[in-house]
Amino acid sequence: MRYTFAAMGATASRAVRFEVASDQALIVYFDSPAKKSGAKAPPLQNQITMEGHEKVRRLLRLLALEPIAGVRNLHPAYCSLLIKFDPLKLQHSELEEILPGYIARTEKVELPEPRRVEIPVCYGGEYGPDLKDVAELLELTEDAAVELHASTDYIVYFLGFAPGFAYLGELPKPLVTPRLATPRRSVPAGSVGIAGSQTGVYPIATPGGWRLLGRTPLKMFQLDRAEMCLLSIGDRVRFVPISREQFAKLELGSA
Amino acid sequence: MSLIEVRAPGLLTTVQDLGREGFGPMGVSPSGAADPVALRIGNRLVGNAEGGAGLEMTLLGGTFTFPERAEIALTGADFRATLDNQSVDLWSSAEVRAGQTLRLEATRTGARCYLCVRGGILVKLFLGSASTHLLSGLGGFEGRALRKGDVLKIGTAGASFRTFRKRKVAAKALEKLAPRKTLRVTAGPQSDWFSEAANDVFYKTTYHVTEESNRMGLRLGGAPIPAAARGDMTSEGVSLGAVQIPASGLPIILFVEQQTTGGYPKITNVISADLSSLGQLRPRDEVRFELVEMETARALLVEQEKLLASKELILE
Repeated sequence: MRYTFAAMGATASRAVRFEVASDQALIVYFDSPAKKSGAKAPPLQNQITMEGHEKVRRLLRLLALEPIAGVRNLHPAYCSLLIKFDPLKLQHSELEEILPGYIARTEKVELPEPRRVEIPVCYGGEYGPDLKDVAELLELTEDAAVELHASTDYIVYFLGFAPGFAYLGELPKPLVTPRLATPRRSVPAGSVGIAGSQTGVYPIATPGGWRLLGRTPLKMFQLDRAEMCLLSIGDRVRFVPISREQFAKLELGSA
Repeated sequence: MSLIEVRAPGLLTTVQDLGREGFGPMGVSPSGAADPVALRIGNRLVGNAEGGAGLEMTLLGGTFTFPERAEIALTGADFRATLDNQSVDLWSSAEVRAGQTLRLEATRTGARCYLCVRGGILVKLFLGSASTHLLSGLGGFEGRALRKGDVLKIGTAGASFRTFRKRKVAAKALEKLAPRKTLRVTAGPQSDWFSEAANDVFYKTTYHVTEESNRMGLRLGGAPIPAAARGDMTSEGVSLGAVQIPASGLPIILFVEQQTTGGYPKITNVISADLSSLGQLRPRDEVRFELVEMETARALLVEQEKLLASKELILE
């Protein structure tokens, strides 16, 4: 009932695990080495490591530079990469034979220097409708919550969920908050939210369950821009608090 | 240039082709026709490439006027189509004379009916595809469902003179391609997180499609599945047709406008050969699941593709 394959051969691939996701997808995990069947998985945060992230980034880059015929799509995440392929052209077993060779070479892949991106945010009020609740929940003042959120360098672990949505981590521990019990039907574009130990900016208006602390006037996703997504995997991000007046000015500027 | 005037849009009508693959690293899912088999056949009936852009109508069809002569085909679910009050056959090509009006009504069978037109629907491509991605408001016709008064353009091949010759899909082929209510699934990355009791519930329950279903996902109602043994998981890439089990225990099948990543454990994944069937499920329809081996899933897809490529599929 279960299809698990251990990556053999290349030493670099010892901590790699391949699993069948569907009849047209294989998932590559870079996580804790041997996964004992039936063992309890470590809690969420322990799975997210810089090492895992780097490996995902490198393999993603290598697969973009040297595409495998029949591969249709790649879905990166914290410590895994889902590879979707044309099942009429490629089989799981073939991919599992090809991939260890790629993984062995990932160390040599040159990654673009991470960009440092500053994202101006107007915190609280109508732009950050959950700031008050979050502060209360965490027994902080609103200013302290903002200070915490804006005083950390975040890593773009990957883009997922919706076009241009960057998963940023990790939040300072005192800001870790569960998602809303009931997601909002529509979160305005530019909203800056937190969930668990993650933070992110909604690029477009979508339903969403993250707690909203503020809003940025920047366009996270824009069709008529050379780089449609403002952020890409591996970038370093810092949020910069701005006033309502500055928000209005910047919003006019980016329109 | 030939046009289509939208007199009534229907419940949810969008421009769709076979979607945009390859943009997962940007968080962009493929979108595309919910029943790609129906769209592909519709395009072939009017002499287009299989992946041409057509209109996908949902549950209730629209009314369209063609100011110029056109060649069309309707495939998928039966929406009781008429052309100037004359009934139009499903799964066959039809000639539309200048000024005629095509009217579609509420569905009699599945969830979606496709209108393909010779030349295809012309829209500005987004990342190489004409497909509408409703959630993000991208692609298709202005990134949204059609509205009354919209005017669509038809590709140039539509205007080229061609003596109309009716083509139709062979009845035998249609029988084989009929949408299924028992969805075949293969095991997924978290299948072993679920107990035998949980699997028992999943495979023995007749679920129903709820009203909250859309192109992003089909939400099912029925017996809840006991939670996975290991609670929270790290978000990871998710595949089309993945059957997620959230805290409520009620399955969500990820569909064409899926999120690219997700954090719910997945009990199984619908096989590729049955993905088109998902596109024909209506709210309140009943579905069951049947586990198959990977080899079976592949063989079923090969068989389906063989049928779609065969000369016997379309009769002239």
